[in-house]
Amino acid sequence: MLCDVCGKNPATVHLTEIIDEQMNELHLCEDCARHKSAAMEQQFGLSDLLAGMADFEKPSSKEEEMVTMKCHSCGLTYADFKKIGRLGCGECYNVFRRYLAPLLKRIHGSNQHIGKNPAKTKVVTKLYKKKAGLEELKNQLQKAIRQEAFEEAARLRDQIKEMEGKKEKE
Amino acid sequence: MQINDLINHTSEWLKGTGPHSDVVISSRIRLARNLNKFPFPHWASKAQLNAIMEKISQAIEKVPLLKNSTLFVLANLDSIDKQFLVERHLMSIEHTQKTEQKAVLVNDEENIAVMINEEDHLRIQLMQSGFNLFEAWEIINGIDDALAKFLDYAYLADFGYLTACPTNTGTGMRGSVMLHLPALVMSRQIERVLAAIAKLSFTTRGLYGEGTQASGNFFQISNQVSLGHSETEIIENINGLIRQIIEQETQAREIMLAKSKEILEDRINRSLGILKSARIITSQETIELLSMVRLGSDLGMVKDIDRRTINELFIITQPAHLQKLENVKLSSDQRDLKRAELIRKKLNLL
Repeated sequence: MLCDVCGKNPATVHLTEIIDEQMNELHLCEDCARHKSAAMEQQFGLSDLLAGMADFEKPSSKEEEMVTMKCHSCGLTYADFKKIGRLGCGECYNVFRRYLAPLLKRIHGSNQHIGKNPAKTKVVTKLYKKKAGLEELKNQLQKAIRQEAFEEAARLRDQIKEMEGKKEKE
Repeated sequence: MQINDLINHTSEWLKGTGPHSDVVISSRIRLARNLNKFPFPHWASKAQLNAIMEKISQAIEKVPLLKNSTLFVLANLDSIDKQFLVERHLMSIEHTQKTEQKAVLVNDEENIAVMINEEDHLRIQLMQSGFNLFEAWEIINGIDDALAKFLDYAYLADFGYLTACPTNTGTGMRGSVMLHLPALVMSRQIERVLAAIAKLSFTTRGLYGEGTQASGNFFQISNQVSLGHSETEIIENINGLIRQIIEQETQAREIMLAKSKEILEDRINRSLGILKSARIITSQETIELLSMVRLGSDLGMVKDIDRRTINELFIITQPAHLQKLENVKLSSDQRDLKRAELIRKKLNLL
């Protein structure tokens, strides 16, 4: 069997990837395997895991831009983040937003905060919160239906109806 | 308060009271917070870390809920003192490393602890005895609100509270419940329970949190997801799971009582016998035997020793506690001798 990536060398590494519940089997030669994941040879710590997750978000054409992209506030590059698994400051979340949003979604199943706000921002985010809440409910409804949890689904459906009703009145 | 004053004090969460305290040792909530415009601790300069420490300690002084508390600057503590605070669950193991510009604030009741410049600028922790996450949340929420009046937190409307590690982003909240599950372990059902927990995106850890192994039938269960659910939703989710585990443990205890009472009585009393008469004992063995005695006390088989005494013994037999009590550095062998002596004294006096 030849390597799935280069198609030249015999495949000696067999890798099973699970992305979004989709299982993928990859047969790679040693060089391509090493290239794919240097982290595989190291001890697998949290930062490796995060870095690995961040990697999946890589839009191939923007690869270079992403790695060299730098936070204007603290100087951390996205390559730094991939290496250490920690961000440099709060502003990093704005600078790397387009890569972090999918990463957060992968970690938490959502990238919309619906918890408390520091008192000062309460007024500004009130509307936002409501919208996020509705979206989240719809996600939960889909999930409940997939899991055939029909009682839960009915409860969520009623809640969504109620929220949408209120919105129309407003 | 000096660090030595803590040794003769029983932490609030060790009192063995509160709902379901036969199965639940303690409930803990921690919030991760960072200051706007400052790099996270691992990325900050010494001067920035100092400024962060300054800002946070000034804010703390203005918060009434944090009034009766002491700030321990870690650079001023020796390694035994630091380990002592870890053993009391007042700070993490990570906080004992590279201790420059780090501190921990502890209140007199020892149920509130605030780590400064750990992984995030602020890690606020609240511990309660028994199964009590909502009460813990109410108190910690109040502390957080009060601090937010004086501190500008790093926060975005869509991502929530911003943290050094994206696994804490959003609410920045981790709720953990420490469970004692001897019957599920003895009846070999624990693997099944732990596997189910992992599937539900909760984490199981040992007595001392991240990176520690579960030992002596103690399991700390906490949420993994911190974004996309409100704080109360996260707590409700943990509570729902914990209620089921409590029920399973209680059932397993009842079945053991009904089917093999003598065997259980034998194990519990043998454990107590060893603790009362051993001359050399490791901390691992101590935890395992105390776990059995605690079960005996919960089931009414051990009458003269209460939960609080057992809980205290778990803590004061730890290495740094023994050395603080003796006021001298002890080797591992010396500790095993002193530990056995201390346990004999405490249990035979009763």
